[in-house]
Amino acid sequence: MTTIRSAARPRTGRALTSVLVIAIALAIAVPVAWVLLASLKQKGEFYGSPWVLPEGLHLQNYVDAFVTARMGRYFLTSVLVTVLGLVFVVAVSVPAAYVVARYEFRGRGLVEIALLAGLFVNVNYIVVPIFLMLVGWDRALVDVFPGGFFIDNPAVLSLVYAATSIPFTIYLLTAYFRSIPVDFEEAAALDGASRFQIMTRVMLPMARPALTTVLLFNFLAYWNDYIIALTLLPGEGKTLQVGLLNLMTAQKAAADYGRLYAGMVIVIVPVLIFYALIQRRLIEGMASGGVKG
Amino acid sequence: MPGDPPGTLPRTRPRTGPRTGPGRAAGAAPRHGGAGSAPRRRGNGLFVLACLLPALVLFALFMVVPTVNVFRMSFYTWSGFSPDMRFVGLDNFTALLDDAQFVRAFQNTVALLVVVTVVTMGMGLFLAAIMTRQRLRGRTLYRFVLYVPSVLSVVVIAAIFSAVFDQENGLINGTLRALSLDGLRQVWLGDQDLVLWSVAIAMVWQSLGYYMVLYMSGMASIPEDVYEASALDGASPGRQFFAITLPLIWQNLRTTLTFFVMSAVNLSFVLVRAMTGGGPDGSSEVLLSYMYKQAYTNSSYGYGMAIGVVIFAFSFLVSLLVSRATRREPLQF
Repeated sequence: MTTIRSAARPRTGRALTSVLVIAIALAIAVPVAWVLLASLKQKGEFYGSPWVLPEGLHLQNYVDAFVTARMGRYFLTSVLVTVLGLVFVVAVSVPAAYVVARYEFRGRGLVEIALLAGLFVNVNYIVVPIFLMLVGWDRALVDVFPGGFFIDNPAVLSLVYAATSIPFTIYLLTAYFRSIPVDFEEAAALDGASRFQIMTRVMLPMARPALTTVLLFNFLAYWNDYIIALTLLPGEGKTLQVGLLNLMTAQKAAADYGRLYAGMVIVIVPVLIFYALIQRRLIEGMASGGVKG
Repeated sequence: MPGDPPGTLPRTRPRTGPRTGPGRAAGAAPRHGGAGSAPRRRGNGLFVLACLLPALVLFALFMVVPTVNVFRMSFYTWSGFSPDMRFVGLDNFTALLDDAQFVRAFQNTVALLVVVTVVTMGMGLFLAAIMTRQRLRGRTLYRFVLYVPSVLSVVVIAAIFSAVFDQENGLINGTLRALSLDGLRQVWLGDQDLVLWSVAIAMVWQSLGYYMVLYMSGMASIPEDVYEASALDGASPGRQFFAITLPLIWQNLRTTLTFFVMSAVNLSFVLVRAMTGGGPDGSSEVLLSYMYKQAYTNSSYGYGMAIGVVIFAFSFLVSLLVSRATRREPLQF
């Protein structure tokens, strides 16, 4: 493939570009690796050269982060919120996308345009209105739920996550549903399948690639979000990202690096494992869908 | 939304199986032509409605209503909590012009937009060209590594860079001290002149791999014989890059320009909020972080929403202008 080019190209130029690429890759990898290693250091070790390896495996940092800084508990909250959000978004988006892709109905153009416009509404603009709206609902329902219901409720947070990713999810799924030939549905209908069965038993399995892409990106979006979680869960039940943010603030005051680094590792490692497992799919999905993460 | 929109499943044969659920009575008389000759089916209206409604309700409740509220509230003064809400017309917007902090946040956002776009795009294109055109050994590994920041959360990136830029024991200052180059040490996040550059570095670090992968996918679709022909004509790799690669991935480049605008506005906010909090003394404040501060911390809700409207208009206009300015006839391979 590159035989002609590489023959024509001077060797030094080639070596130079390789060195540059390696340097850039190192600039990306070193800070992450450094944090992973530093999380094992003892307090005194942070004051020496940053390039010294930890003397031993100082796992106390992790105990501190998990228990004292409650990262263990926040981890569970994050898992709950993310899983619920994914369930919500799939449950509402799959039928909607299917109907938009396959059925003619009045107002379909409007629905499509509204959802398309929704792609351009960034959550950051509307967090505060959402928060105030939920506070208002809590006030209105103060007799029923004296302690408040909507704020500090992980399920409501997942619902907001699901809602904010509906445009993107439906957009991707609709495009995929449209690319599937209708023959399968016709055959299923002939065999006596109901509309609901056609959707869930025939089309959903066939749309698995698109569904996987959607799940991957929504997983990353929910798991990595902190702005919405920070606003809607101001109480004790925080998510992992907000917990890490608190650790950062605490570290600035107390210079307790070990606990912060351990907390970072707790947040980084699951995502890195996830990424290592599905990286090909993630990168290809991104390149084909042109998704802005 | 219409009560029971009549619908047809295009090209579905009339004989269908048993209807499930309550799809009987409603929508029985379609008033509206469906997809051409496709036969209409009874009860589709309810099925369509049942499928659409949950998604549309969620979408309307948590996206449409808040978005409308942003625009509406920008004409009011309201603390966000008190019932006292007063219509002030365009006062919020005129006040913005005299708000030095707002102007500064605007300048910072534009500076980040320009610097981060130029640097990330240049480096991303360079990397993508090398990865696709040269059989670099271990390029899957490089791609893996370079994409890692794209899966990390903004809080993690902010935490990593807080550690890298830490005044005493950070990666940079610690290294400089270990090398006895104390004179070069800087207060990366505490110096008013430096902090925005530190934020820009973090932004480039975060998004480089993402754009590289996007450009790589564009370049991968360019047929090899174009390069071979030009190589026979004696074109150098640099010449090939500018004469072949860039024009042929032009549409791809334009799309990413829109992404750059969005990330200059949004990523800068989440990063700044977690990393510097807009400090020191507002020198790293960006538009959205200033809006957040006004609306949430300062309880000037209406004023904050006016800032939101300006940001929205700004990013929309910039995207539009960039898209217009870069329009070219699509080239064929």
